[in-house]
Amino acid sequence: MSRRLDLVCPAGTPASLRAAVDAGGDAVYLGFRDETNARNFPGLNFSRDELKEGIAYAHERGAKVFVAVNTYPRAGNLGPWRQAVDDAARLKADAVILADIGLADYAARTHPQLGRHLSVQASASNPAAIGFYRRELGVRRVVLPRVLTIEEIAALNAAIEVETEVFVFGGLCVMAEGRCTLSSYATPCSPNREGVCSPAAHVRYVEKGDATVTKLGDFTLNVVQGGERAAYPTTCKGRYRVAGAERYLFEEPASLSAMHMLPELAAAGVTALKIEGRQRGRAYVAQVVAAFRRAVDAVAAGAPLPAEELAAITEGGKQTTGAYRRSWQ
Amino acid sequence: MSAARPALLSLGPVLFPWPAKAWRDFYFRIADEADVDCVHLGEVVCFKRAGLHAQMMEAVGERLARAGKEVVLSSLALIMNEAELDSVRTLAAKDGALIEANDMAAAALLAGRPHAIGPYVNVYNEGTLAYLAGRGAVRACLPFELPETSLAALAAASPVELEVQVFGRVPLALSARCYAARARDRSKDDCRIVCREDGDGLAVDTLDGAAFLAVNGTQTLSSTCANLAAEVGRLLAMGIRRLRLSPHAIDMVAVAEVFRAVADGRLETAEADARLAALANGMAFSNGFFHGAEGAAFIGEAE
Repeated sequence: MSRRLDLVCPAGTPASLRAAVDAGGDAVYLGFRDETNARNFPGLNFSRDELKEGIAYAHERGAKVFVAVNTYPRAGNLGPWRQAVDDAARLKADAVILADIGLADYAARTHPQLGRHLSVQASASNPAAIGFYRRELGVRRVVLPRVLTIEEIAALNAAIEVETEVFVFGGLCVMAEGRCTLSSYATPCSPNREGVCSPAAHVRYVEKGDATVTKLGDFTLNVVQGGERAAYPTTCKGRYRVAGAERYLFEEPASLSAMHMLPELAAAGVTALKIEGRQRGRAYVAQVVAAFRRAVDAVAAGAPLPAEELAAITEGGKQTTGAYRRSWQ
Repeated sequence: MSAARPALLSLGPVLFPWPAKAWRDFYFRIADEADVDCVHLGEVVCFKRAGLHAQMMEAVGERLARAGKEVVLSSLALIMNEAELDSVRTLAAKDGALIEANDMAAAALLAGRPHAIGPYVNVYNEGTLAYLAGRGAVRACLPFELPETSLAALAAASPVELEVQVFGRVPLALSARCYAARARDRSKDDCRIVCREDGDGLAVDTLDGAAFLAVNGTQTLSSTCANLAAEVGRLLAMGIRRLRLSPHAIDMVAVAEVFRAVADGRLETAEADARLAALANGMAFSNGFFHGAEGAAFIGEAE
């Protein structure tokens, strides 16, 4: 394999940014500390000054910085989103990651030199949609939604003229991203509009005997017995009563891990690999990025994948390759 | 400002894999009896179901058109492979009926000629709406989760006609994975369209027995039925005059009568809610999204 896959790493804080760059990330992605990005959680994200310093740190070490402005701007108040794009351009970010068509149009007209990536939140999963974003809005990379098999990704890459980036590790959205309102059905907050899925302020843990009941808003998402491991309570990782049985209907509490699929992803024509986890600490980021650095380099050198032990840090201790394998569907 | 212009009622596409005859008879009755202006046809959720009604599509469309209804063809909402994309290409190549794009693939293929934007395309703000209008969109059914403040801002700025779903379970999510199959320990490839057993969706209850969601193949819906009868006046006042009813296996002709009467100002909200409750086959109501609350909430007029 001649071309080396790019490793795009999460940075929820300046410390994580440095950890990701030091561990060998080719790029980091991050967001501003407000509703303009899809990880709008307390204690996370970057001020303008922190972004400026982060970009300097990354660029000095040959890494890129992508700024996610990937929620959908609120009608009647486009200002904060446009400001986020303006500031990313002013501070010389390498690209903005956008989901909204109107905002992408604004970015293309206002900052034509600023790189534009299409966020996974735009849910573009076919050549016609992706071709639209390339032709009309100058998007040069698309982060693919986690709904495609590896065969579908290969066929897609053969049919489009932009780079693709795929998730390889971390939390797994099982729904088409940016088109899921399960969290806003149970809470007054919206992933698409405010960047918050299953916000902690609406999560409750209720002890009941030796079981813990997890709730999102008024709805019980799970009842977990003593030693059982469970995922953070998002609606799609809950256990429900359906067709006469209790089950994890949408997905088991498992994390995405596609490290062993890197050779297949490279063969499918993917350009970049995305690691999830902007809400994670710098130690986690350092560990995962370093492991993927070794794996990507091995694949590029035509060497066998190194044995990596990431199971201990996956959610619920279980791993899945999600939609990449057809059997998952 | 818009009070003088009558509301337009539309019937969204049937989201469920009803047996072909039941599906046809439903639309024939709508053609003959329902006081709706516009009727959507087409498979929005799952490509594997598209064949269920294909044979009858033309006859149903003609019957509706003869009855004076505008017929709109709704496209698939999540397109993941070449076969699915081909079905959208075929749809987009049709002359005549207006086509509703439920994925940017369809919007891209329809660019340059009049088309509708469906609720599965994320039109959250006036920038996106203006952009799509500039490429030929002549109407847009807005995303289900938008609150009143966003709807009003969009209506104030909109170059095109806007539509809002006012009745029916709310589509909340789409997936590559089929949950109707999974609930029966089957894979999607071997689903044998088992979702046909769930004519109005498969109930998903919490472990403590509360109704929560409903699964419709790869789609997840609310267990509650959106009911914006009390909000119709505010929608019309802000300039949104297209009101969408999403079909269920209940008396949709009667549901349309209720909304027509509400839109015409002939029926009080409390009476409308009571009539709809009698029609809704046990579905609880919700209107939380409109009010900026959790979507599952039902907020009364006294709020």
